[in-house]
Amino acid sequence: MNWLDTIAQGILLGGLYALFAAGLSLVFGIMRLVNLAHGDLIVFAAFLILSLVSLLGLHPFVAALIAAPLMFAAGWILQYHLLNRTLGKDILPPLLVTFGLSIVIQNGLLEGFTADSRRISAGALETASVSLGSINTGVMPMLTFASAVLVIVALNQLIYRTSIGRAFRATSDDVTTAGLMGIRPQRIFAMATGLAMVVVTIAALYLGTRANFDPTSGPARLIYAFEAVIIGGLGSLWGTLVGGIILGVAQTIGAAINPEWQILAGHLAFLLVLLFKPRGLFPRAAD
Amino acid sequence: MALLETHALTASYGDFQALFGVDICLEEGETLAIIGANGAGKTTLMRSLSGVLKNKPGSISYRGESIGALAAPDIMARGIAMVPEGRRLFPSLTVEENLLIGTYGRKTAGPWTLESIYALFPILKERRRSPATALSGGQQQMVAIGRALMSNPDVLLCDEISLGLAPVVVRDIYTAFPRIRETGAAIIIVEQDIAQALKVSNRVYCMMEGRITLSGKPCDLDRDAIHKAYFGADGHELA
Repeated sequence: MNWLDTIAQGILLGGLYALFAAGLSLVFGIMRLVNLAHGDLIVFAAFLILSLVSLLGLHPFVAALIAAPLMFAAGWILQYHLLNRTLGKDILPPLLVTFGLSIVIQNGLLEGFTADSRRISAGALETASVSLGSINTGVMPMLTFASAVLVIVALNQLIYRTSIGRAFRATSDDVTTAGLMGIRPQRIFAMATGLAMVVVTIAALYLGTRANFDPTSGPARLIYAFEAVIIGGLGSLWGTLVGGIILGVAQTIGAAINPEWQILAGHLAFLLVLLFKPRGLFPRAAD
Repeated sequence: MALLETHALTASYGDFQALFGVDICLEEGETLAIIGANGAGKTTLMRSLSGVLKNKPGSISYRGESIGALAAPDIMARGIAMVPEGRRLFPSLTVEENLLIGTYGRKTAGPWTLESIYALFPILKERRRSPATALSGGQQQMVAIGRALMSNPDVLLCDEISLGLAPVVVRDIYTAFPRIRETGAAIIIVEQDIAQALKVSNRVYCMMEGRITLSGKPCDLDRDAIHKAYFGADGHELA
């Protein structure tokens, strides 16, 4: 067994988990909303890309470029007209509503696409690989990891270098005082969810091209996303990437020891972090 | 026509009524002080004027326009900025970012820019990269005032800016007010420090139990009248 290769594959897999988790982390960081439908929204976006590829004959990457603004709009509308109504001191309403939304999305996808397992074909990219010394790796996993890093760099730039980013942070700190600055928190939240849906679309592109998915695949993606976010520390985007990598490496090492241990090893790594660092590895000071 | 006016303004928190038919008016360029003991309704009045509390349509007018039913961002966009009680700076933003966020809802050219705020409070320039909450209480109050000024407001609402600060720090902060007045902004100051309020204002309203109990120019108000209006007929001695 080549341990270096195993760890490298785990790190690259962590990129996919970081993509699953980045949108969740963004939304939680800004509005303390735990979106239980996040995994189903990833699967929904994967079906949207699949539909664009099938109907228009587009390459998946081009289809994702079209799907991203559509998902942004869907996220904006979802937040502004539904989820904003659930936000308040009580954490139960958003949990219940997003749980319900998860069921609605799954059943809607079952109606529209049947329970068959699907995959988005990326052509020659799927099998393309590169050799880096003793490590052989696929181009798609490398693209996935590079996309995760780019997404997190871009989100950090947005949050820490722009006026809208200041508004995100101010609203996250104090909604009432943000209103006194002329910030409209309802729109800020809608913008944040819209952005999270763009990240969801990128995650869906790699999910759909690297693995099979079906209308009920969402909850498993949500668990990985949750684990990555919690390992990294709630609301920390770089922490989310580290969380994804830890999860990915644990899974590939587990699978290398015994293929049945892959998923279990990831959950065990999560539990270990939770045991020793309950607030995650990079918690925000304010949380 | 008054710049800002309330008409029999009432306000409640659930079943508890905090304001009972409050009438005040603010003229262009004027500095108004609102004094009163704890629980008199001063902060509720400020929260109503700034749109944090929803009011009845017609209960507040600004330049003749009814703004009572508007939300805080709409009122801020019209040129009414608030320095809230307790400063309420954003902990995840630096000093400079806290100042810049003050322009988010109103980017009006005027006398107040980052540079002029730093000229007013030089210490903020030195600490501009620090997290706002790492500053002393007095410096934080300077940030809160600067943040409100950044939108170049026509009306500045200051809620209890001396609260929790040492007298010498309060005096430093109040030395900035003549410069703020020079820009033409009208100011409403809510204060428990009566001496300070009388010193900086053109007119004073005294509140007790959600009602205006006294109003007038500081020079026309005698100590006994303020005493009665502040504490009621059987109140304690003024400090």
